[in-house]
Amino acid sequence: MPVEVIMPKVDMDMATGTVMVWHIAEGAKVERGEPLLDIETDKAAMEIEAPHSGILRHPLAVGSEVPIGKAIAWLYAEGEVVGPTPNETVPPTDVSVPAASPDPAPKATAPAASDDGLRATPLARKIAAENGIDLVGVRGTGPRGRICKADVLAAKGKLPFSAAEPMPAGTGPSASPAEPAAHTILQMFQGRDYEEVTLDGMRRTVATRLTEAKQTIPHFYLRREVEVDALLALRGEVNEGLAPRGIRLTVNDFIIRACAVALQRVPEANAAWAGDRILHFARSDLSVAVAVKGGIFTPVIRDADLKPLSAISAEMKALGMKARDRKLMPVDCTGGAFSISNLGMFGVDEFDAIVNPPQGAILAVGAGRKRMVVGEDEEARAATTMRLTLSVDHRMIDGALGADLLGAIVAGLERPMALLG
Amino acid sequence: MKALGTPEVRELSYAEAIREALDIALDRDDRVFLMGEDIGVYGGAFQVTGDLVEKHGPDRVMDTPISELGGAGVAVGAAMTGMKPIFEFQFADFAALAMEQIANQAAKARFMLGGSVSVPVVMRFPAGSGTGAAAQHSQSIEAWLGHVPGLKVVQPSVPEDAKGLVLAALEDSDPVMIFEHKILYKMKGHVPAGYYTTPIGKAAVRRTGANLTIVATSVMVWRAIEAAETLAAEGIDAEVVDLRSIRPMDRETVLESVRKTGRLICVYEGVKTLGVGAEVSAMVAESDAFDFLDAPIVRLGGADSPIPYNPQLEKAVVPQVSDILVAARDLTGGRI
Amino acid sequence: MPETNIPYVIRAYRPSALKEALMKMYLIRKFEEGAEESYMRGLIHGTMHLSIGQEASAVGSCMALTDEDKITSTHRGHGHCIAKGADLGRMFAEFFGKETGYCRGRGGSMHIADPSKGNLGANGIVGGGFPIAVGAALSAKKLGTGAVTICFFGDGAGNEGAFHESLNIAAIWKLPVVFVCENNGYGMSTSTERSTAVKRIADRATSYSMPGAIVDGNDFNAVTEAVDASVAWARAREGPSLVEARTYRLRGHSKSDRNRYRTREEITQWMERDPIPRFADLLIAHKVITRKAVRDLEDAAAKTIAEAIEFASASPDPRVEEATKYVYAERVPA
Repeated sequence: MPVEVIMPKVDMDMATGTVMVWHIAEGAKVERGEPLLDIETDKAAMEIEAPHSGILRHPLAVGSEVPIGKAIAWLYAEGEVVGPTPNETVPPTDVSVPAASPDPAPKATAPAASDDGLRATPLARKIAAENGIDLVGVRGTGPRGRICKADVLAAKGKLPFSAAEPMPAGTGPSASPAEPAAHTILQMFQGRDYEEVTLDGMRRTVATRLTEAKQTIPHFYLRREVEVDALLALRGEVNEGLAPRGIRLTVNDFIIRACAVALQRVPEANAAWAGDRILHFARSDLSVAVAVKGGIFTPVIRDADLKPLSAISAEMKALGMKARDRKLMPVDCTGGAFSISNLGMFGVDEFDAIVNPPQGAILAVGAGRKRMVVGEDEEARAATTMRLTLSVDHRMIDGALGADLLGAIVAGLERPMALLG
Repeated sequence: MKALGTPEVRELSYAEAIREALDIALDRDDRVFLMGEDIGVYGGAFQVTGDLVEKHGPDRVMDTPISELGGAGVAVGAAMTGMKPIFEFQFADFAALAMEQIANQAAKARFMLGGSVSVPVVMRFPAGSGTGAAAQHSQSIEAWLGHVPGLKVVQPSVPEDAKGLVLAALEDSDPVMIFEHKILYKMKGHVPAGYYTTPIGKAAVRRTGANLTIVATSVMVWRAIEAAETLAAEGIDAEVVDLRSIRPMDRETVLESVRKTGRLICVYEGVKTLGVGAEVSAMVAESDAFDFLDAPIVRLGGADSPIPYNPQLEKAVVPQVSDILVAARDLTGGRI
Repeated sequence: MPETNIPYVIRAYRPSALKEALMKMYLIRKFEEGAEESYMRGLIHGTMHLSIGQEASAVGSCMALTDEDKITSTHRGHGHCIAKGADLGRMFAEFFGKETGYCRGRGGSMHIADPSKGNLGANGIVGGGFPIAVGAALSAKKLGTGAVTICFFGDGAGNEGAFHESLNIAAIWKLPVVFVCENNGYGMSTSTERSTAVKRIADRATSYSMPGAIVDGNDFNAVTEAVDASVAWARAREGPSLVEARTYRLRGHSKSDRNRYRTREEITQWMERDPIPRFADLLIAHKVITRKAVRDLEDAAAKTIAEAIEFASASPDPRVEEATKYVYAERVPA
């Protein structure tokens, strides 16, 4: 019998590990105790010794992130016939009982294990392929540990994608079955010059997700104008102080921080839709849209309510670079109950964003402009204002609750000192 | 003059529904006649023909000797030469004696002769376990015949279809094999009065559902529905597709359901190995519906065993409601 | 010559019918020889079972039949086909697997049928035709057509279960069917002595309370007289009967036969009893035909066969896309 090599748990809160390098080639012999491979956890890299002597077979691909306890390779005795799939042991059929039931089926909770370390249903693979999701690292909860649709959707909910992408009418990417076929569209433009652009994974994801979101989520929109002169002034001061440390806070960093704090003040609005239930989150995890050439990503700043502005700023900068280099990992885009999309830097005054499912709301931020405002004292004066639109999923968040959240965001931005705390 | 309006709907048993179909057929068409062992004054081993002999006479409700090969073959020959015989096997198991005429003659005649003859014979097979009749009187052999090109093989699960499929079989110019489940004979259900046909090769969705497709045949349709009701209470919404016809098989209805639910259990009483479920599974796996599968396909079929006599054993070798529940929960992981 | 010394067929049939019968026997002989030659030339790809030597039982049995009457035939069925009026060109075309063949190339040698002439088909299964013949007779009885069915079978088929079941059913229901056993002495390589408990298969008729007769199957007159009596019996609604025609196939069982189970002497002996010259001599003796006219008939038969082969060779193959056509009356979804 071959001996399996599992992803070992090497650290207290380690859930998954990534195969970094194999020191032994497939088919080569390894002695027990010899260095076999390096793995990486979210904290550290670690060398793993061979648990047994034998010939290395079916090593998992480098870069594969797998849950602990899952097989990542098998060690065969010399001369032992190499089976195609040294799966989990299937209990022998009990011959004394006539078997009218299905093949001995391990429980649904059985850990996934297979030679390539990946068992996924056809539907899961299809959805993953359509959305450019790497199934490695997606936890399988289906029969016999398979990754199934729900698992991929859960992973997909955390994926690069922004609700803020404006969608000009009539040119939306194909996702609705009612849409005319491509050839019909081509006919419409017959004789005109155009270039065809094939949809890449991201574009397809954006197309399907947004179509689905816009069609299935009962949106409503709340608008407010916020004065940001105080914020801009404070930002200037703070940046001066931080300059020696190479830190430069952006307006966006303040907005992120303001939203993180607001979600703590209105916790019922810090929510995600889970089909038959609503999840209210303890921490403020925020997706922030980052425009890149040819598309958009929404990396997540986790625990933003616990992080100071400088930390948020540094993290955002790093994520933005990763996004532009297309190096974001699924884990970078996972989670988040709220999104921020800022098109102010593109000169947009205001816009309505599409909620990023399963999140509860998304904030659309317009450009800061000098405008005449009438103050409490009924005196007109010039002020720098930004227009905010909060798009809300009515299934989770009602009008008043949404208004509370938007109010809290406005309050934070208008009294920015509190954001420094 | 016939009264207009909606057709009368009455409750009839499965056996009564078949008898009504036979009666209507005998009235409608002089070419129709019945053949079988003890179907005359005895009324048939399962009282399906009942008292038809009194109304139609022994020339049209013909007792045959105990000669399955000869009897079935005579029906084939009569069908080739202008008649529409309906041959009743006393038990489906006895068809083994007549396989030559069914599989080599009836099924192949049209093809072998380049389309110059038709064999519009109808054969009826009381099949299935559950009556304590043991190994040679309880088999579900529909897959044997389902493997033969040239035949059509149907398995009604409700009285309405039992009647409609008999009448449809008589309209068909190919040999149609009707597998009737013995424990369904007494089951009652609404049966429209008068003449109608149930299409051969068309499945029926008995229950719609979103999470799981259960494709079932014959008595298993009822077990699947019962299981689906229990599953519904657990939040698992199962769709039950009654195949009705295994040759030809209604590919599109099955695929459409699987595309919708992403999960498939196939339940049938015949031996699981190389059986109807294998065909359904392969059909799905080979089609575009494969990409919609979100769980492995499960077959629940009869054990690789003859049907035992002891009632506990007899139950154990064919799928029961509990088997369907276990499989469904396993497939869905109790989570949809 | 006293009336009683005149052979039955001379008394019962007009010269034209007898000449036609002789012509059919020549056509069968030439057909089989043509088939054999085509096989050797590689024009036929399956096997075949030749009935050379058995022409009298085929043609003699069908003398009293019309196109309304049915026959079921055997794997050695070319003779029955021709006796029942089949078109030689379409037969050869079937042999060659052509679309113009009787079965559109789907059946081949063992399944040639012509329902329009009452021929329900040869059969690849030994004994396969018994119940079908009885069924056809049942139809005739129910439909009141007055038609009779002849069920040709070999000595080997008499040992199949279908023989027993079918003869019994035909008898209890008094169906208009004549069972004609062409006993050629061998079921493939196994002689009737080794395979069959009774010496005379006709004796089995007693078991089913039906008349049974045994005749020299190479004697056209004897075969015709016996089968005509059976056909008349059936038409008179007296029920089935059994005629055993003792004959011999001068060729092997099929093209794979190396003739190891019988002697050259035995074959030579039977060649001397060739049914065709015997029938020709009978007709010449009774001035139905001249020897010259017999030679002309033979030549005409050879010419017909040559034309039939020509037709078949020139005919198109069936289309590969239609390989599974005719499985069902109409296309059913795959």
